[in-house]
Amino acid sequence: MTLKNILLALALGLIAAATHAADPLVFNDPAMEERYNDLTVELRCLVCQNQNLADSDAPLAQDLRKEIYEMMMSGQDNEQIKTFMVERYGDFVLYRPAVGGNTLLLWLMPGILLGIGAIAVFFTVRNRNRRLAADRQKG
Amino acid sequence: MIGRLVPVILFLALGVLLAVGLKIADHKTEIPSPLIGKQMPEFTLPVLGQPEVMVSHEELIGTPFLLNVWASWCVTCRVEHPVIEELARSGLIRVVGLNYRDEEADAQAWLARFGNPYALNIADITGRTAIDFGVYAAPESFLVDPEGNIVFKQIGAVTPEVIEEEIVPRVREWGKGP
Repeated sequence: MTLKNILLALALGLIAAATHAADPLVFNDPAMEERYNDLTVELRCLVCQNQNLADSDAPLAQDLRKEIYEMMMSGQDNEQIKTFMVERYGDFVLYRPAVGGNTLLLWLMPGILLGIGAIAVFFTVRNRNRRLAADRQKG
Repeated sequence: MIGRLVPVILFLALGVLLAVGLKIADHKTEIPSPLIGKQMPEFTLPVLGQPEVMVSHEELIGTPFLLNVWASWCVTCRVEHPVIEELARSGLIRVVGLNYRDEEADAQAWLARFGNPYALNIADITGRTAIDFGVYAAPESFLVDPEGNIVFKQIGAVTPEVIEEEIVPRVREWGKGP
């Protein structure tokens, strides 16, 4: 890596750091700040739907971050904040929606697909073993 | 024999899955609102241009209306504007504007330039009430029944088709009375 490349990487890193959700929010308690960071990463930005609230600079994301901050400051827990978001924007706002109802299929699908794959592998292997055994008998 | 059919069935199942996916792809950015069928959120906000006059959700209940969320910075709102004007002119339903995260002067200039179809314009400068309505992009429109329930939400521009298929049948139903 040349010096030029290193400098470029550093500059890009700085830009990324600077654009990352620069709200002037004040947390007196580091645990509170961590909670806030975790929460905003788990919630989707509705405007730019493949970004979370923490990363987005959309005006609505800024508003919602402020809202979450104020809810935390007034002593509401994560569940209450998530409920607030879901009541307005639906399950889509959660990156990890609650299990049940119309999200049940979403949660079960990986397991179901893995099961189908396992069954397919089982039968393929068994058939091949039988064929190999049959070939050996013939040979 | 059945073993031979399995790949065919899997292929067909995949085909159906992809077809459904293609069909909903156009509407993927439209998030279904959890507010449909519920009472509209509570608010007390000033009238645009008259900061001393406040309007609350309660004052709006009784006569059905279309709440049109718009802003002077919103490009699609400009595209939608003639349709909203036509709807207001037809007298089918009262059209109430929710001026979203806008500057008062810009909003007034926008109305002066393109025309003001709104029976009433509510100013939501901070966007806080819009959050309660689950607004995530302008324009959005909410059809509110005589009891103050949200019965339909349009995300993006209201089109003549939307008026014909979603708004007209509901308004006619209300016109008949209970």
